Amino acid sequence: MSPLVLSSATLQEVTPATGVFSLIALLIGLPLLGAAVLLLGGRRTNKWGPYLGVLTVGTSAVIAIVMLVKLMALPSESRAIGESLYSWVFAGGFQVDLAFQLDQLSMVFVLLITIVGTLIHIYSLGYMSHDKDKRKFFGYLNLFVAAMLILVLANNFLLLYVGWEGVGLASYLLIGFWQFKPSAAAAAKKAFVINRVGDVGLSLAIMLMFVTFGSVTFSDVFGSASQASEGTLTAIGLLLLLAACGKSAQFPLQAWLLDAMEGPTPVSALIHAATMVTAGVYLIARSNAIFDRAVWAATAVIIVGLITIFMGATIGSAKDDIKKSLAGSTMSQIGYMVLAVGLGPIGYVFAIFHLLTHGVFKAGLFLGAGSVMHGMNDNVNMRRYGALRGAMGITFVTFMAGYLAIIGIPPFAGYWSKDSIVHAAFEKSTLIGVLTIIAAGITGFYMTRMVAMTFFGKARWEDDAHPHESPKVMTIPLIILAIGSTFLGLALLFWGNIKTWLEPVLGLTEAETALPELAIIIITLSVVIIGAIIGWVMYARRAVPIEAPRGSWLTRAARQDLYGDAVNDALVVRPSYHLARVLNWFDSRAVDGFVNGTAAFVGGASGRMRKYQSGFARSYALSMVGGAVIVVLALVLVRL
Amino acid sequence: MSSFPWLTLLGVVPLVGSLVVVFLPKAKALLAKQVALAFAIVTLVLTVAMALQFQADSTAQFQFVEQQSWIPAFGISYAVGVDGIGLVLVALATTLVPIVILAGWKDADNERGSVKGYFALILVLETLMIGVFAATDVFLFYVFFEAMLIPVYFMIGRYGGPQRSYAAVKFLLYSLVGGLFMLASLIGLYVVSAQITGHGTFDYASLVGLDIDPFAQKLLFLGFFFAFAVKAPLWPFHTWLPDAAAQSKPGTAVLLIGVLDKVGTFGMLRYCLPIFPDASSFYAPIVIGMALIGIFYGAYVALGQNDMKRLFAYSSMSHFGFIALGIFVFTSIGQSGSVVYMVAHGLSTAALFLTAGFLMQRNKNSALISDYSGVNKVAPVLAGFFLIASLSSLALPGLVSFVGEFMVLLGSFQRYMWVGAIATFGIVITAAYVLRVYQKSMTGPLADGLSGMKDLGGREITALVPIAALTIVLGFFPAPILNVINPAVDRVMTTIGASDPAPTVPSASVEGNGQ
Amino acid sequence: MNPANYVILSAVLFSLGAVGVLVRRNAIVVFMCVELMLNAANLAFVAFSKINGNLDGQVIAFFVMVVAAAEVVVGLAIIVQIFRTRRSVSIDEPNLLKY
Repeated sequence: MSPLVLSSATLQEVTPATGVFSLIALLIGLPLLGAAVLLLGGRRTNKWGPYLGVLTVGTSAVIAIVMLVKLMALPSESRAIGESLYSWVFAGGFQVDLAFQLDQLSMVFVLLITIVGTLIHIYSLGYMSHDKDKRKFFGYLNLFVAAMLILVLANNFLLLYVGWEGVGLASYLLIGFWQFKPSAAAAAKKAFVINRVGDVGLSLAIMLMFVTFGSVTFSDVFGSASQASEGTLTAIGLLLLLAACGKSAQFPLQAWLLDAMEGPTPVSALIHAATMVTAGVYLIARSNAIFDRAVWAATAVIIVGLITIFMGATIGSAKDDIKKSLAGSTMSQIGYMVLAVGLGPIGYVFAIFHLLTHGVFKAGLFLGAGSVMHGMNDNVNMRRYGALRGAMGITFVTFMAGYLAIIGIPPFAGYWSKDSIVHAAFEKSTLIGVLTIIAAGITGFYMTRMVAMTFFGKARWEDDAHPHESPKVMTIPLIILAIGSTFLGLALLFWGNIKTWLEPVLGLTEAETALPELAIIIITLSVVIIGAIIGWVMYARRAVPIEAPRGSWLTRAARQDLYGDAVNDALVVRPSYHLARVLNWFDSRAVDGFVNGTAAFVGGASGRMRKYQSGFARSYALSMVGGAVIVVLALVLVRL
Repeated sequence: MSSFPWLTLLGVVPLVGSLVVVFLPKAKALLAKQVALAFAIVTLVLTVAMALQFQADSTAQFQFVEQQSWIPAFGISYAVGVDGIGLVLVALATTLVPIVILAGWKDADNERGSVKGYFALILVLETLMIGVFAATDVFLFYVFFEAMLIPVYFMIGRYGGPQRSYAAVKFLLYSLVGGLFMLASLIGLYVVSAQITGHGTFDYASLVGLDIDPFAQKLLFLGFFFAFAVKAPLWPFHTWLPDAAAQSKPGTAVLLIGVLDKVGTFGMLRYCLPIFPDASSFYAPIVIGMALIGIFYGAYVALGQNDMKRLFAYSSMSHFGFIALGIFVFTSIGQSGSVVYMVAHGLSTAALFLTAGFLMQRNKNSALISDYSGVNKVAPVLAGFFLIASLSSLALPGLVSFVGEFMVLLGSFQRYMWVGAIATFGIVITAAYVLRVYQKSMTGPLADGLSGMKDLGGREITALVPIAALTIVLGFFPAPILNVINPAVDRVMTTIGASDPAPTVPSASVEGNGQ
Repeated sequence: MNPANYVILSAVLFSLGAVGVLVRRNAIVVFMCVELMLNAANLAFVAFSKINGNLDGQVIAFFVMVVAAAEVVVGLAIIVQIFRTRRSVSIDEPNLLKY
């Protein structure tokens, strides 16, 4: 195979921000201000707070769109805009500014975050209308948007880390939003702690970068990456991968995402489907200069991606909880993206492409699921749904758009992006390509299962369920997202020309595949349709029992999240608590015991010494004489 | 530079305040509190006024210097002055004292000791804390170092919990033993200086750079280090801390752990390293080992604790491991990071202990985590501050503790890659135990008997807001601290003859590590 | 006569005095024994003065006598006081030193 090199990423010149671009800080500042007002303002903001939350994010979205227009007007080699606010952390040779960088890659993320964010904010006005802590909810959402924007706009890894943890914090707060439920509070803590493991990777990667390059800004690190040894780059790459695994719920740090569904559904849509969980993909794509030069790290990325694609798909096929099934699907789809970034320059662009389309259609699917739950008394069990297409027409239609997009039926958005990844996988190796096709088939199966159980078949509703369509404030975002799910792929690929847009940042190479392109498309589509038909036959033609059947061993394992929690418990959690108990015992008995033992010894010894102080003058005299005799004897002996 | 005696004035104001408070009639408890608060605020204002005149780029090591001969026969003088590190810590002390007074407004009511006594002791302690950070005569430092024990002893012993006398005596004995070793070293240092220069001295500037025989250095270092390791406290000299923290009032605990214990790490940086450079590098691996053990030991013990105050004490021990680590890796990033960490830890400890104190006051002074659940439901503001304090303790990026912790880890990584890597894993356990407390106490269903709990009142919020604000503002804008401590740390680095490892690229194609 | 004999006598007197202090219980007797020891020392001083041929020892003997006289004054006064309060001069009884 002779690679047809189009281009590899070159380091772009960063030009200082002028004009509308000097508003980069405002882009972040608005939602941050919203969060501050809502969270510090207390009850007096209850009334208008949620609207303020929508307004700040919406304004950011408008600014972002203006920026996009301006950026498109610039020549492609000067689309990297930098804005430095002030010197942030500095000591010794370490110097980090609070500085932002807007380039083609950040731009698409900013658009995704602000636009999808705005839609979800609007949706939440309806979804959370009865919650008395609505104001806090919007405060946290604003905080999340601000942190996510910091993450994608930072021009150095340390500031990226701030955004990285900031979204983690927002995710923690929002998963545990209904914290009176112990399960929600536990899920929130679990998400944060598992993410911390990933953070170790990110911290160490940053440190290794500083030790190697003397700087942690993107331009310095990527600019001199070619001079570092491959061993160092591999180490940095693997550490970044660890970080990405944590944030993007990839194997082996995937266990938190399913529990994270404890959060309100708009949160699942925004944070745990569309934006935050894709931060890992962003991190790896952003660090393409490192992964391009670290073959083993890139291979590890591919392996992690492949494992997670199948884990997520398996879990998605077995869960009866509609949100958890979607969460499994999210894992699997992010697995696709991770796989694509692992492929190197043949995949980066398509990973981001899929990230964008997935962000839109998965947000639509989650919000659709939320709309279904809204009409079904917050029941999430798909075995108690069925035949809902009549009761909630708009939700049904918009959900179907998302469904067709995710399984990859042309011309829906997911087809274009997923097909690009499958094709890129074939460029790398036929084996990986075949695996991605199989996974696409499973996707067809579980998504059909979900649609069939929810909208088709017979009604299996609880007695008190009165399914109804959601209010307009919820359906309008659904409709907009459905339109996005339908046309975004075409629009980005042909009108927006995403390949040439991202190529200066990420690089783009094409290689020949073993099979002709048309063959790949046909095989993929037929596998997907076969999967969908199996799902249809099993869950729409046959009756769905209300009690879940026992199922095969694989089903049972998948219902237990493939034993992810059990493994974590056995390997990490229980040993840790055990160690904590042992050390507690050790500290109070051995260390403190030694201290108190010394005290007791001194006390005891003086008690014994005390007996010699009898108070009898004659015994004192005797000891004096004895002492004198000893002194005299000693003197005499020395003289002799 | 002004010749105005800023530091003496700073020290005298709270002392005068304490005298005034003591001579107030016993019945006027409220007046005593108000007077104490007023004096503490005046001190804080003076500190700010002084700090504004501090010149970060000055060539002199110490600023606001005063010198007055005290015991000329032994070369002892009353000499004070601050460098960037001292200034930051003095500011930390004077910031926390008014907050503690305000937060502990009702702490001394209905105790066996008098109300005015408690506040007078706090002010005396403030004087001594300023003195200990400002002394530039080693003997004077020692005097302040030991004198600090007295007010704290009474604050624990007279205003503490059920086992206060045990805790107070334990604290006193531990510190006295440490101080004794330091006294021995101090005398040794005097003798050595007399041998080298012909006339003995305790003047810090003359002692730095003395060419002390390596063996003598090692012995003298041990004496100083032991005292500081007990004070800090490092593993395994820590067992007084959980008892003292658990038995004392929240305000006492804040001053004890937040400021007083910093004297230990401050002493290592100010005295151990520059005066005994050879011995410091000789013992550095051992100290780093102790620090690493301390980080994980403290964190794991905290993970298994059911008593909130003890848990925070153990977590502090873990944090002190980080601070000591940063000091003894001999990189300017690590040492600057340690100083930032000291400030950050002062703030986060204050927030944690004060919020926990407010919580406990509302439930029969129980410190047991298992007695609480679902507090967020009835007291959301309290829960919010508790969360901020917890996040500050786990060094969330964007808070000042992150700046300190990351710099310490980076500095360690730069010098000894594996040490830094291992220490970094500490952040996972920290998150686990901190969030465990929050989860158990603040979330879930409301525990029995907590339904009538009131949320924080105006006074309590006023006390906590400055801490939270400083934590966040300094997290995004640490330049005011870094600007003054970096020159001071660079001076320490030059004195001990250490230099930062250079980045491996582009100079060489060596494997990318610092050593 | 060999001056060494005076030294030996002094040692014997001193030992007698020491044994008396240790074994007798009556404070007056103990006091006398202490005097005996003091005078044994005086004898030794004088003897050494003779042996060495200078007057230092004799001078010191005078000092000792003066001090001993002062001591008798204070000591007897204490004993009398003890006798008045406790009706006994046994030195085992006032073991109040312990407290």
